[in-house]
Amino acid sequence: MKRISAIEAIALELVDELVICNLGYPSRELYALKDKVTHFYMLGSMGLASSIGLGLAMSQPRKVVVLDGDGSLLMNLGSLATIANHAPENYLLVVLDNQCYGSTGCQLTATSRAADLAAIATGAGVCDVRRASTIPEVRSGVHGSGVLVVTVDSGNADVPIIDMEPVEIKRRFMREIAGV
Amino acid sequence: MGSMKAYRALKKAGIDFVTSVPCINLGGLLDLLESDPEIVHIPVTREEEGVGICAGAYLGGANPAIVMQNSGLGNSINALASLSLLYRMPLLMVLSHRGDLGEQISAQVPMGQLTPGLLDNLGIPWYSPTPSDVDMVIPGAWMLAKTAGLPVAILLGESFWI
Repeated sequence: MKRISAIEAIALELVDELVICNLGYPSRELYALKDKVTHFYMLGSMGLASSIGLGLAMSQPRKVVVLDGDGSLLMNLGSLATIANHAPENYLLVVLDNQCYGSTGCQLTATSRAADLAAIATGAGVCDVRRASTIPEVRSGVHGSGVLVVTVDSGNADVPIIDMEPVEIKRRFMREIAGV
Repeated sequence: MGSMKAYRALKKAGIDFVTSVPCINLGGLLDLLESDPEIVHIPVTREEEGVGICAGAYLGGANPAIVMQNSGLGNSINALASLSLLYRMPLLMVLSHRGDLGEQISAQVPMGQLTPGLLDNLGIPWYSPTPSDVDMVIPGAWMLAKTAGLPVAILLGESFWI
């Protein structure tokens, strides 16, 4: 399964859920597939998608879906312990695990060998941890909470750089949340 | 005394969401924050994680602060630059400033001495209130953070807690 196919399957399932999308190609692929006011595209701060999403889930009631990557989550593994400690029901962390740093030339990450992010999430104390490797599994998995680890192929779609300014991404997203 | 005054100043500022990594000097303040039902308090594993959570909380409409030792500033710089500053997100940073006047632990000194310069280089305004003016400085700093769309730092040295 290509990563963009997994992202498309997730996007098709979502209605008004808030999405925090990891920097680099995942955000570019989501933006190219379908841009929505409920999308927050990260442009920097690698590793913090799961954290931004947790803060968002704990400050307002709408469901938050985070699209993270294996390389990024490995950079911030402590986040899983914090997520487990608070476990908001309106929070789902989707890890698109392509076993490499896809946006920098596909240098292998630790999940290409022995590391297992679903097992790490369980060990961190997250109660609801699931795995998906097919489109139907992704489509059903996105409706839960906790952590969903999706195994995807390496490789990026040929999609352009996001042409929105950072402040524009923020303002649009905040207006949507505030309902103004 | 310093802990209660800092806590009351945070309440006066309207801070309602706090992430934290502890410091011995922050113990009293963190206890007060944890026991306040009007404040969401999320202890984090590393300071840049706390910056990320505060950014998400701000997007969700909260008034966030991170409470940490100044050593955590070093762990947070990329997040402050490429998240908070890039998107112009306000954040109140309450730092226990170690490694300065009266410090007894050598390992605190390098980051303690680097802290003001690091904040200056980031373009993050910072203030060092005393217990007698903290009730004015912290609300003013949070107002400045919101007006400017910036993190603003409060440095609390050893003398603040005596």
